[in-house]
Amino acid sequence: MISYIIRRLIMLIPVLIGMSIITFSVVHAIPGDPARTIVGDKATPAQIQEIRENLGLDKPAYIQYFTYVKDILQGDLGTSLITKQEISKEIKPFLAATTELAVVAMLIAVFFGVNLGILSAWKQNSWFDYTAMLIALIGVSMPIFWLGLMEQWFFAQELDLLPSNGRLDPRMEFDAITNFYSIDAIIQGNWYAFQDVLLHLILPAVALGTIPMAIIARMTRSSMLEVMRSDYIRTARAKGLGEFWVIYKHTLKNAFIPVLTVVGLQLGLLLGGAVLTETIFSWPGVGRYIFDAINARNYPVIQSGILILATIFVLINLIVDLLYAWVDPRIQYGKGE
Amino acid sequence: MSAHIQPVPFTKPEPPISPEKEIVESPFRDFVRAFLRHRSAVIGSVIVLSFLLIAILAPFITSYEYTARSQALLQAPSVDHWFGTDEMGRDLFTRVIYGTRISLWVGLFAISGSIIVGSLLGLIAGFYGGWRDTMISRIFDILLAFPSILLAIAIVAMLGRSLSNALLAIAIINIPTFGRLMRSRVLSVKSEDYILAARAMGMKNRRILFHHILPNCWTPIMVQGTLGFATAVIEAAALGFLGLGAQPPEPEWGTMLADARQYIQLAPWTMIFPGVAVALTVLGFNLLGDGLRDIFDPRMKQ
Repeated sequence: MISYIIRRLIMLIPVLIGMSIITFSVVHAIPGDPARTIVGDKATPAQIQEIRENLGLDKPAYIQYFTYVKDILQGDLGTSLITKQEISKEIKPFLAATTELAVVAMLIAVFFGVNLGILSAWKQNSWFDYTAMLIALIGVSMPIFWLGLMEQWFFAQELDLLPSNGRLDPRMEFDAITNFYSIDAIIQGNWYAFQDVLLHLILPAVALGTIPMAIIARMTRSSMLEVMRSDYIRTARAKGLGEFWVIYKHTLKNAFIPVLTVVGLQLGLLLGGAVLTETIFSWPGVGRYIFDAINARNYPVIQSGILILATIFVLINLIVDLLYAWVDPRIQYGKGE
Repeated sequence: MSAHIQPVPFTKPEPPISPEKEIVESPFRDFVRAFLRHRSAVIGSVIVLSFLLIAILAPFITSYEYTARSQALLQAPSVDHWFGTDEMGRDLFTRVIYGTRISLWVGLFAISGSIIVGSLLGLIAGFYGGWRDTMISRIFDILLAFPSILLAIAIVAMLGRSLSNALLAIAIINIPTFGRLMRSRVLSVKSEDYILAARAMGMKNRRILFHHILPNCWTPIMVQGTLGFATAVIEAAALGFLGLGAQPPEPEWGTMLADARQYIQLAPWTMIFPGVAVALTVLGFNLLGDGLRDIFDPRMKQ
């Protein structure tokens, strides 16, 4: 196992290097004159020159790259062109907001996805099964930004049930400590704020969690069906165990490994979906941060935002891989793919 | 009539039963039969074909121009404007119809691009192995190290916002999917007996690759291509929505949704119809892809 972990970590090195080259290119390899593209057409030559010097665009490409990597390794993610703040500091609350949203979305996705999958497998080919799988199919086919918009329109505008923007009622007095608002509210014992935070989470989390939910449901169903055909399930039934126990204890336990992998992979993909969801719900997370940066031509922020999300994505995938190998000893450690 | 000398027939004697009366078994007929029996494949292909027809016949379906403005701003759906009008008084039905063209083009070009590049890389990696495999697999790893939409954003941010750059970005982010699939297929086909036989006969690598391995790897690529088409349509709409894909006044569904956002209270129809169009197209390709997978996956065959 340890040698597997080491090998997996070594495999990560070329990936991280490749990633850094790609994010480096976002600013430094813009075709034509990067400085001009970044400041826009109306800029004066002096402004262009300033940007060029700021970002080191006047140096040879390989020196630019090594400076970039050196800065990253020292925790320097550059400076926002708009706020003139260090991105590594500025991004923290955004990161917390995205994490909070992603975790809640994933909880929703796992809870509903797994249970839908189980029930569908249990009642295979029943109307319930068909309906659930149809919902799952529609779930994977729906663009999440459209789902988000429809939610806003229906639940926030038409029914006026749930808040559709932001993390908290802006009129509420609230001190952010950890920037995980739900945790902050509990720490401060502010139950009214806690309730408001949860209400604000519902719509974006459902939008973000729909695709993973659908995928988890399908995966759970097929995995459950496979296990249900095995001998030990027949034995469990033969010894007179109730159907509920057979399904939820014996089958689920063995069907869960592939589901676990999907859950991990989807958690990573949520980070991509976050850009769209956060844009719609004005959720002040990294996705929204990147989106605003795109519109403001704030290239260093685009670059570092993407780098951070991609790094988290890679780490989550690594953890999933290791967990997978740990949970299922049948996996051959690292023999090919 | 013919003055040619008939060659002496040295062929097999005529079969005793005439071929018409026999049930002709061919892989293609098998496929068609299985396809028609598969409900989701049929539904999927009907949806896909309808959108294809809509795209081709767009000018005949609607009498409006997709850029033509009018005084009727944000009108609700009516007899004149089936899907209502948008904030510039343009007929929404027309724009959604013409949007089909953009989405299908983007899907077709992007996915063809990823299939060609991905398959070629996967073929080389799987067949030759060694350093080529290591290098190509690492490239796939790097591309897969980004949540795909983020990579697309990075590419478009770098190259500039336009539909063609979005298309290129979508093609790039989908390369590893096909590459890995092809590589694993090649690895398993490579060790089959008929490839060993071809090798023993002294066939050249290139001939083995393109005449014997490639044809046996197409099926999963085709299935994945159909599913990938669905993803590409969503990705194109997502980039358009973020303002990185098609630029106004092009009637791209994602761009239309981005414009519609401001009028969510006043004119929800400007938001509903383009979204339904995306979802339906994607659903069609997903259904078709799922169906094809079931049909081609030998484990599912009776």
